[in-house]
Amino acid sequence: MQKKSIFSRFLYSQKAAPYVFVLPFVLTFLIFFAYPVINTIMMSFQKVAGGEATFAGVSNYHTLMNPVFYKCLKNSAFYTVISCALMIPIPMVLAAMLNSKAMRAKGFFRSIMFIPALTSVVVAGVVFRLMFGELEGSFMNQVLAFFGQDPLVWLRKPVTVWITLFILCLWRWTGVNMMYYLSGLQQIPEDLYESADIDGANSLQKFRFITLPLLKPTTVYVLTISIFGGMAMFTESYLLFNGNKSPNNVGTTIVGYLYRMGMEQNNIGIGCAIGVVLLLIVMVINVIQLAFNGTFKKGE
Amino acid sequence: MAKKRSYISTVLLIFFFAVVALIMLLPLILLLVSSFRAGSDLMRYGLNFNIDWANAHIENYKLLFSGQNNYFVWYKNSLVITVAQLVLALFLSACVGYGFAMYDFRFKNLLFGCVLLVMMIPTEIIILPLYRLIINMNVMDSMWGIILPYMVVPMLIFFFRQYLSGIPKDFLDAARVDGCSEYGIFLRIMMPLMKPSFAAMGIYQGMQSWNNFLWPMIVMRSQNKITLPVGLQSLMSPYGNNYDILIAGSCFAIIPILILFACFQSYFIEGMTAGGVKG
Repeated sequence: MQKKSIFSRFLYSQKAAPYVFVLPFVLTFLIFFAYPVINTIMMSFQKVAGGEATFAGVSNYHTLMNPVFYKCLKNSAFYTVISCALMIPIPMVLAAMLNSKAMRAKGFFRSIMFIPALTSVVVAGVVFRLMFGELEGSFMNQVLAFFGQDPLVWLRKPVTVWITLFILCLWRWTGVNMMYYLSGLQQIPEDLYESADIDGANSLQKFRFITLPLLKPTTVYVLTISIFGGMAMFTESYLLFNGNKSPNNVGTTIVGYLYRMGMEQNNIGIGCAIGVVLLLIVMVINVIQLAFNGTFKKGE
Repeated sequence: MAKKRSYISTVLLIFFFAVVALIMLLPLILLLVSSFRAGSDLMRYGLNFNIDWANAHIENYKLLFSGQNNYFVWYKNSLVITVAQLVLALFLSACVGYGFAMYDFRFKNLLFGCVLLVMMIPTEIIILPLYRLIINMNVMDSMWGIILPYMVVPMLIFFFRQYLSGIPKDFLDAARVDGCSEYGIFLRIMMPLMKPSFAAMGIYQGMQSWNNFLWPMIVMRSQNKITLPVGLQSLMSPYGNNYDILIAGSCFAIIPILILFACFQSYFIEGMTAGGVKG
């Protein structure tokens, strides 16, 4: 029998094995995460032109203090807040209704509501861009005409742009969030409701005092993913406006501005400064989040 | 009396959900119906249900399959990239998740903290340096540029670890006594045990890769290398017969997923609710 070398004996030892298992993560973490993050921070203080990078102090951040960037910040924040305000209560109530004893064909409706989540953001964007088109015959304008309203140029004015974005968000994600709430609801023990029945509680009281508090972990999770999804929103807007070019920046988000500066205008220093600002925002949200309830340890 | 009341609420609930379901399906039905209309019609009159069934035709689909456009080149690109990324990401993330779940080692908590950190930071933030890195690594305009940075997926690590923590470690010791090597344990004993989680995570990752838009758009430059979502987006400008292909092509991009969904519903729901509102 051939004697194994010291190296391979070490490699096969119980001590080395865990490191071998986690090695792929360590490598990709260092190369494709840690290095780019450090690079972002460094380049945000540099003027990058061609292959040359020169130190530029905080001038990139200075340039950022302009109305367009503020607008993008506001847009992202607004989108995040409203989408959370919509994407938590609506799926929760729908899940509670679907879960009620009187309901039939639960599985069927559950699946149907889930189908929009299967479509790619591109297909969803294509349909919504055309549905909310400016032609008189575009679907949403026909709906308006049905109610005796004049057709709108949906994707031009802020109010209608936001309505479109939120309908798109609701359409795609209600089913998924509802599923989180359904699994949350199934973990609530039945006897709690039975004893509430004995105490003479009505359904509204049962929802308020049993369902709502016991769904808190689910709500925290949904809130977390909605905040991160909202702050990083870009593709929805990109597809709705067929490019990173909403009129008067009504639908430009932080990431949209980052993309415009860094990729389209090749102004990498400023793009990275935007990245750093977004990074700080996300970190602050994380700290607040962890201070309140230590999410992401969910189920640990 | 009580029975009658519950009967009424059943009817009301079903009616309510029927309406909701109809609204949910409406955009997709609209897309399907419109795929039987000429694209020029769409451009002139807008996307709506006013379809003249007498003139409905399948010309769009004929054009799609005619090979006079890049549609199926994109389709194939997407398929290849999705499968490659899926296999790599599942295997590597399973390894890492297994390492975290089954062993105690130095820096374990620190490293797992890094996993959570990556999960909590939107990848869009580092897109610029990543883009430069991909250029420097000479993998621009190749599928490796898309796959390499996202080979090991923190979300998958997290869920594999979660799944494995339910399996008793005595299993490992028994196998060790029988003379199985550490890697043999993983490959021969654990991987088969992880099958259910592979199914759910496979669907999560498969959907992510198949629908991924921003990063493939940045990495791929050549018309014959771009993926399906990027290709469909490029058809959005109303020139020539773009709309014919766009609408029929969008339908044809969803149909396979719908069929898969119909067959493996529970896995889909389990897998996709693992991911959440992202992408």
